[in-house]
Amino acid sequence: MTVNREQVQASVFRALEAFNASEERAVPVTADAVLLGAGGAVDSLGLVRLILVVERQVESDLRTAVSLTSERAMSQRNSPFRSVGALIDFITSSLNGEAG
Amino acid sequence: MSQRVMLITGTRKGIGRHLAEHYVAAGYHVIGCSRTAADWELPGYEHHCVDVADETAVQRLFQHIGTRHGRLDAVVNNAGIASMNHVLLTPLSTVRNVFSTNVFGTFLACREASRLMIRGGAGGRIVNFATVATPWDLEGEAAYAASKAAVESLTRVLARELAPFAITVNAVGPTPVATDLIRSVPKEKIDALLARQAIHRMGEMRDITVVIDFFLQPESDFVTGQVLYLGGA
Repeated sequence: MTVNREQVQASVFRALEAFNASEERAVPVTADAVLLGAGGAVDSLGLVRLILVVERQVESDLRTAVSLTSERAMSQRNSPFRSVGALIDFITSSLNGEAG
Repeated sequence: MSQRVMLITGTRKGIGRHLAEHYVAAGYHVIGCSRTAADWELPGYEHHCVDVADETAVQRLFQHIGTRHGRLDAVVNNAGIASMNHVLLTPLSTVRNVFSTNVFGTFLACREASRLMIRGGAGGRIVNFATVATPWDLEGEAAYAASKAAVESLTRVLARELAPFAITVNAVGPTPVATDLIRSVPKEKIDALLARQAIHRMGEMRDITVVIDFFLQPESDFVTGQVLYLGGA
């Protein structure tokens, strides 16, 4: 199965909206939103919650499972969790079976 | 409200099988696993052939639980193997095997279980298996005791990491119980171990279930990161 970036972005944005509905601190629903680090929208616990919401949303929308705690995610030189756009890129490449 | 769901690892025989029967009787739907098929069945119990150290297989099992049952209330990480030998007689492959099942298996089940529990939004209970061999620094059990020391550490750290999600993580540390795990241990050695306990008798299944019952009960939601040794060890 091949997915395109637009499909993944739509799914991640839906996940962010669901995440924001239950969090005090909202994550901007844009690709350039910073997630972790200086000026980041979430702390480490928030990231855990966000990852679970994104995994579930992607699974539901695209009918395929993605694990954001994979070795590939953790071994990336540039963390896929640094921004919403990076997360979308990572999920797209993971689902398309591309090497990191 | 749907039926409570519990995963118990290592249920083909021994303590795991007893726990499965106990918690089915207590009203749980119990999912069990072991590397090979179980030769017993029970209404309210389903068995899966899974090596707890196989990450992909463990992930598939938890996906099944999420899809089929939609909830996971408790996990008991009972699967474990022992190696009893002097360090000079212990090949590294044995140490790897012991750590694969006892530490990596427990880690994987904790990680995947907490993922499901957090998604469920209702918290959960994780119970790991420690052993009195760790605080006693038992000679002849270096790999086993060290692996369970790692499980204790994992228990305490995860208790902190998962507390914000209303998931408690505790461990029970049994004394020797008459199971296959200690089948090859000479009687004199067992007698010497029992002599070290405050209460000098073999552990029984009920000694373990009473502790796990305590960790699982709703009123124990303030109890986490604890290792409870039996027999006054």
